[in-house]
Amino acid sequence: MVETNQGAGFRILAREDYSDVTYSLVIRHPMMAKAAKPGQFVIVMSHESGERIPLTIADFDREKGTVTLVVQAVGKTTKEMQQTCKAGTALYALVGPMGVPSSLGHARKVVCVGGGLGVAPVFPQARGFKEQGAYVIGILGFRTEKLIFWRDKFAACCDELIMCTDDGSAGIKGFVSNGIELAISKHPDIDEVVAIGPPMMMKACVETTRPHKIKTTVSLNPIMVDGTGMCGGCRVKLGDEVKFACVDGPDFDGHKVDFGDLMTRLRRYADKEKTAVQRWSETCRMRDQAAFGARDPAPPAASSETPELDLARAKMRARRQAPPGATGQLPELPDPIDDVLGG
Amino acid sequence: MAKKRTIRTIPQQRTPMPEQPAHERVKNFAEVACGFGAEEALRESQRCLLCPEQPCIEGCPVGVDIPGFIRKIGEKDFRGAYDALTGTNLLPAICGRVCPQENQCEGVCTVGDSLEPVAIGRLERFVGDTAIAEGWVNVPYIEPNRFKVGIVGSGPAGVACAADMAKAGCEVVVYEAFHRPGGVLCYGIPDFRLPNVVIDAEIDKLRKLGVKFECNTLVGRLFTIEQMVEEMGFDAVFVGTGAGYPTLPGIPGDSLNGVLSANELLTRCNLMRAKEFPNFDTPMPIEKRVAVIGAGNTAMDAMRVCLRLGAEKVYCIYRRSRTECPARAEEVHHAEEEGVEFHWLTNPVEILDDGAGGVRGMRCIRMELGEPDESGRRRPVPVPGSELDIEIDLVVFAIGTTPTRSSARRRISSSTSAATSRPTRISRLRWPASTPAAISSRAPRPSSRPWAPAAERRAA
Repeated sequence: MVETNQGAGFRILAREDYSDVTYSLVIRHPMMAKAAKPGQFVIVMSHESGERIPLTIADFDREKGTVTLVVQAVGKTTKEMQQTCKAGTALYALVGPMGVPSSLGHARKVVCVGGGLGVAPVFPQARGFKEQGAYVIGILGFRTEKLIFWRDKFAACCDELIMCTDDGSAGIKGFVSNGIELAISKHPDIDEVVAIGPPMMMKACVETTRPHKIKTTVSLNPIMVDGTGMCGGCRVKLGDEVKFACVDGPDFDGHKVDFGDLMTRLRRYADKEKTAVQRWSETCRMRDQAAFGARDPAPPAASSETPELDLARAKMRARRQAPPGATGQLPELPDPIDDVLGG
Repeated sequence: MAKKRTIRTIPQQRTPMPEQPAHERVKNFAEVACGFGAEEALRESQRCLLCPEQPCIEGCPVGVDIPGFIRKIGEKDFRGAYDALTGTNLLPAICGRVCPQENQCEGVCTVGDSLEPVAIGRLERFVGDTAIAEGWVNVPYIEPNRFKVGIVGSGPAGVACAADMAKAGCEVVVYEAFHRPGGVLCYGIPDFRLPNVVIDAEIDKLRKLGVKFECNTLVGRLFTIEQMVEEMGFDAVFVGTGAGYPTLPGIPGDSLNGVLSANELLTRCNLMRAKEFPNFDTPMPIEKRVAVIGAGNTAMDAMRVCLRLGAEKVYCIYRRSRTECPARAEEVHHAEEEGVEFHWLTNPVEILDDGAGGVRGMRCIRMELGEPDESGRRRPVPVPGSELDIEIDLVVFAIGTTPTRSSARRRISSSTSAATSRPTRISRLRWPASTPAAISSRAPRPSSRPWAPAAERRAA
């Protein structure tokens, strides 16, 4: 029997914090665990009035029926999730797996590069390549040693692991692009490089491999709403072509990607994002000061479905009270139905 | 019964629909058309001749017994009217609001030959709203036939199919990728035309018929149609994924920030409630001057949403003239009343960069109408040397959508211009014509039962 996950949301079974901004959530969704393939992503809504954010599937366990997401608290939603998403709580919405799975192809020697948070989404690909019998070189980059996570997971599926830190506190001192150069100098026969991380990092990686003409795949994570190809918000430029990251990607040929365009488009709602974070931080501060014990941040503005319906019914009934045949007045303006939802 | 009605004895004027005044409504998202009250409905019902030809039934894609329900309204038997309607259509509050009646039932109404046709849509909405207000639900006696039907997409096609399948006795599960059911009714049509609460109420009725809605489920990725048939026990699958893929024009500057599809604007505003930002987390900042390209119903919705979100100036840029404009006349009229500025016979050629990734303006070219094209409308051709620049900060493209790209994409029927909302021969269709539809696998035939349900096959 196939189980779908409905009703009470999507239960978070475990959470782990890797640093003060990075955390992982293990979520129960047996069907998605069964369907997920490396390179795919999900769209998450943490609560009913939340926004839809894309997150790459960092791991999946078909036997336990779980998927793992790794999140970095950068905006309002991810910061709020850092506070509210604990083991035992549930996500309001989780849909996926979305996007075209990574093509693991027939590459015999691959380099899997993860920078910062990008370490998480590149993991399923590294594992997938290893399972196909490829020689996998992992290159993980972090700012400093304290931020390192999943080194063991990579060590288990990589034939070689190169750690890079900006400050040299672990592995080589330098960026992942230095790591790639090191790998290329040692292995002239690399078939493919997969690089996932911040746009600047991916750009540096493709510039490193371009002179060597090594196929380089990057995973793009632009702003999305639906994730099914409907809004076009996630469009990215590949040379002269326009592609939708949600349905054509998220993996693309890094040598064709217009990173400048990507970075500009990622700033689309920067002002509003700032407003949201500020407003949320203030709410948190006020709540902490008030110390009334209310643990949840600003509760969702929308109430459950039933009271809304009841209220709407009441309003509609009021409008329609004039009995047939009576000389009733025209309904009052404006129409009140929507006021109910106005919240 | 009073003496026979004739075209001379019925009220000559269509009963006007009470509306919010334009200057008021442009500041809120409440419904523009407020709906008939009982008295207005009674009056309008007297305009139906109850003619023996009943062309309206033929004009309705689902064949609603239109004279039947109008007669009941006339008898002040609103419950009876609801029963007559729901014999064929379980979603009157939605259809009464958003069906293009002027191309369907009202377009062929006998009264319409000499006067304005009977306001069938408004009467249908009246009955639907009354039912919601009174909490009426018609749950017909359903004899389970043990067939199980899966429906992909909870938009108009999906819910209409769900209703019919449930009434036929099937076990019905509707899958929706978004977090709430309704499809385009929910993400596309703004609250001022179709309030979400009406959709919820109608969906609720389907639940009472036993239809299950499973949201957050992306069929094709989470599981395939083949899996539905082979592993999940479905006897048939209906694919109603709609036309959601936005067209972008491919002109210079169309990937600038500040250029978006009407789908994105409407989804952010309607489904994600950006109009209530920051109480809801999804933003949709609207700049001062907005140009919406296109003149269909989606374009009208997009323009009117922009006005309500605070745009100072909203331009409609359309390459043909007003005569060819595909939007319903009522919608164009509403947009005009609210202050949208129409620029007919104008086409964008380039979106101008403000140097920081945003939009500073748009270069357009004047058009003139040439010979008719394959759609029968006169083809717009550019007038050489007629370029002009307009200053704007936001561009919204509402120039059409194509079938949603999914595993089912090749199975969706559309007209030659890829408009699924206007199949060419509406009156011939028995499935809801406003929607794309395809049935795959073994369609259940409850009456003859040539096949055993999947459950029985497995047991055998």
